[in-house]
Amino acid sequence: MAQEHTSTAGHEEHEDTTTGLNHRKMLMWAFLGSDCMFFGSLIATYLVYQGKSLTGPLPIDVFDIPVTSVSTFVLLMSSMSMVLAYSALTRGNMKGFRIWMVSTAIMGATFIGFQVYEFSSFSTHHIHFECSEVAEKIEHGDYVKAGHDHFFQKECLDSNGLLKADHHVDEEYGLKPQTNLFGTTFFTLTGFHGAHVTLGVVWLLSIFFLSFKKGVITREKNLDVDLAALYWHFVDVVWIVIFTVVYLFGVFEGF
Amino acid sequence: MSTLSLAIPRPVHPSGLWNWLTTIDHKKIGVLYGVTAFIMFLSGGVEATLMRIQLTKPELDIVSAAVYNQLFTMHGTTMIFLAIMPLGAAFFNFVIPLQIGARDVAFPRLNAFSYWTFLAGAIMLKLSWIGGATDAGWFGYAPLTSVDQNPGKGIDFWIISLQVLGVASLAASFNFIVTIINMRAPGMTMMRLPLFTWMTFITAILLILAFPVITVALIELTFDRYFDFNFFNVARGGSVVLWQHLFWVFGHPEVYILILPAMGIVSEVLPVFSKKPLFGYTTVVLAGAIIAVMGWMVWSHHMFTVGLGPVANAVFTITTMLIAVPTGIKVFNWIGTIWGGSIRINTPMAFSLGFIAMFLIGGISGVMHAVSASDAQQQDTYFIPAHIHYVLFGGAIMALTSGIYYWFPKFSGKMFDEKMGMLHFWLMMIGQNVTFFPMHFVGLDGMPRRIYTYAEGMGWDLWNLVATLGVFILIAGFLVFILNMVKSWKSGPDAPGDPWDGRTLEWSIPSPPPEYNFSEIPVVKSLDDWWNTKQGGNGKAVPVSGGSGDEEHDIHLPQPSYWPLVTAIGLFIAAYGVVFNQLVVPWAIAIIGTFIGFVGVYAWSLEPVNDPDEDSAH
Repeated sequence: MAQEHTSTAGHEEHEDTTTGLNHRKMLMWAFLGSDCMFFGSLIATYLVYQGKSLTGPLPIDVFDIPVTSVSTFVLLMSSMSMVLAYSALTRGNMKGFRIWMVSTAIMGATFIGFQVYEFSSFSTHHIHFECSEVAEKIEHGDYVKAGHDHFFQKECLDSNGLLKADHHVDEEYGLKPQTNLFGTTFFTLTGFHGAHVTLGVVWLLSIFFLSFKKGVITREKNLDVDLAALYWHFVDVVWIVIFTVVYLFGVFEGF
Repeated sequence: MSTLSLAIPRPVHPSGLWNWLTTIDHKKIGVLYGVTAFIMFLSGGVEATLMRIQLTKPELDIVSAAVYNQLFTMHGTTMIFLAIMPLGAAFFNFVIPLQIGARDVAFPRLNAFSYWTFLAGAIMLKLSWIGGATDAGWFGYAPLTSVDQNPGKGIDFWIISLQVLGVASLAASFNFIVTIINMRAPGMTMMRLPLFTWMTFITAILLILAFPVITVALIELTFDRYFDFNFFNVARGGSVVLWQHLFWVFGHPEVYILILPAMGIVSEVLPVFSKKPLFGYTTVVLAGAIIAVMGWMVWSHHMFTVGLGPVANAVFTITTMLIAVPTGIKVFNWIGTIWGGSIRINTPMAFSLGFIAMFLIGGISGVMHAVSASDAQQQDTYFIPAHIHYVLFGGAIMALTSGIYYWFPKFSGKMFDEKMGMLHFWLMMIGQNVTFFPMHFVGLDGMPRRIYTYAEGMGWDLWNLVATLGVFILIAGFLVFILNMVKSWKSGPDAPGDPWDGRTLEWSIPSPPPEYNFSEIPVVKSLDDWWNTKQGGNGKAVPVSGGSGDEEHDIHLPQPSYWPLVTAIGLFIAAYGVVFNQLVVPWAIAIIGTFIGFVGVYAWSLEPVNDPDEDSAH
């Protein structure tokens, strides 16, 4: 009787469905396919507008690659602890399952914390430099960030176009969604990714708390964890694309 | 498990309003979809009629230019999102589980949620007439939708209700993909699926891939309007052409989302009334799949006059002409099906034959503006509405009407009046040609679309008058249709289980089907299994009556639930809260709605599909 099996939340080895795959798992895969198009459209918008901003700040002005690398590392590690949680559950190790589950959620929350920090530091970004340093760079033909160049032209030169000696610049140069196309597309894309991670953390914590109720999450009834894990890995993979396309391509020349 | 669900007892309402509100029976949801979509179709028809009355003669002043803009925008949005798509969904719901030999869909509660969310979006969009509806065209080109150009709430209503409708369509499509892959009866391999099921499957896949694109486009527009983002703000470097790309990357697959289910219905009706199997079943399936893939490669043919350059225009000209090939294959297969068959002409068959003729005209004018050079002359003239109405009215609506007549005995258990059905057919056939064919002439004569009036002496007077007269023939046709449906449903003669000598599984069970559909899940041995069974080919006789009532007790049907409705109501409140975000406390209503939605989702996920206690009560 197909109905009986499909109606329980259990995840049996052999589902009584046409393909033998569980309904909910198939739905999850279909949903992730759909979500690919969602992020695909957001990334496409970002790429279409890359380099089209009329004013700064630009990626190179605000990105701090070492910091974002750390948060990326944390998120990737959370995928590993998700795998460990699921594996502990299927071996019937409930304690291990709960520990890894909470670690995954904490690492997800840490990533969100980094993102909050990043968003606020971008929006209050300051530029400060010694005029003489930038002048030296220009003289040597070295690369000068657009923001530095902007304020150099504005503040470091006197009315005769000569360098003001010992002058230094300290200006607010914040990136908000309204500032330019980079701000608009960057905050929308990474914001929606952050929303996905946040939802994932809520989901993982819900399962964690439910697992204390007897018989809800067991070695055999592990489908809920399986589905959350699929979602979690997907969100991670999307971040790898965003980190590469937005952060790395945005900072390193030649891309 | 039951201890976990909220302390609200399960709904047990065998009939009445609460039964309809909490039902998760795919057949009832199908009827809800169908009736709602038909009411929406009528409302879109009223909008169209007002436009045609305004254009009867030059320089009439029955509606103002501003109202006219709202009329054509709402007409297009209504017909596409509130009429044709949900009419398709009505058939998916009612027919698919019956055709694949299943007792319900894979996610019955998600199905109920899809319907209620669709209703929420529909109500929201139509109520936006109060205070001024959207007026930027159904494709809402930037910058017509920007807050500077269009500060009213109309655009906001349009954006948010489309998002709500998107949620409904996505949920329904996920459900049908899983249902079709995973709920087939034993022996029902993919290449034994009835054609309508196949086309639904392809449509659902197209939909889950196409809708996220419009979702993103609408989100970007929302952020521009609400928070002053720069996506389509030219002053800060934004590009209005990006909107067009995003919209049509969704919009062109959407065209096939509208027409593929129609093609599926026709592929069911023609074999039955020709007493022949569908000619080239595999080819028709493959042609549908090829259309679905190629549907992604043609979007810029909506943008030939934007100035994308000769290379882009040439490429999209070629891909657009190529996509006519699989469509043409289908037409040849349909003709091959009726060729030499023992044809019975009755109402469903007449509508399907009418579909082929009308869709062919629409297809040919489609190939005409596939050529970017000739499209430069046709773009934004009445030639385009002529084309779109031949494919969507002469195509989709004709086929869907054929489907309504074809499955009417199955879902109502009654026979309709054949004479009135044929009268409806002839009124509709004549009416649509009188209405839409003259649009070709005025279009080639240079009459632009979306103008609320025109000057005398342009040579457009006669054909506009003719087109308006045609609308009244159509109205007469639909009055006959409504009368026929209402009368037959109330007091028509009882329908047998298999009135048409059908070929697919839905005809092997009584009309209307019992709540559990199949008393015994059928074992499928071939394509057109029911037909072969009746011919004795499968060496077994299955009674149409559906077996004895005893088995009923062993069938565990999913039980009704409040939570899909609660979740949809939460979404509805949240959506209104987003439009009126400054009411009372900023964003408060949206947050309340979201909270209700979350409560619904949590209660839903903790509620078992079947209550074990309830089962033991049998």
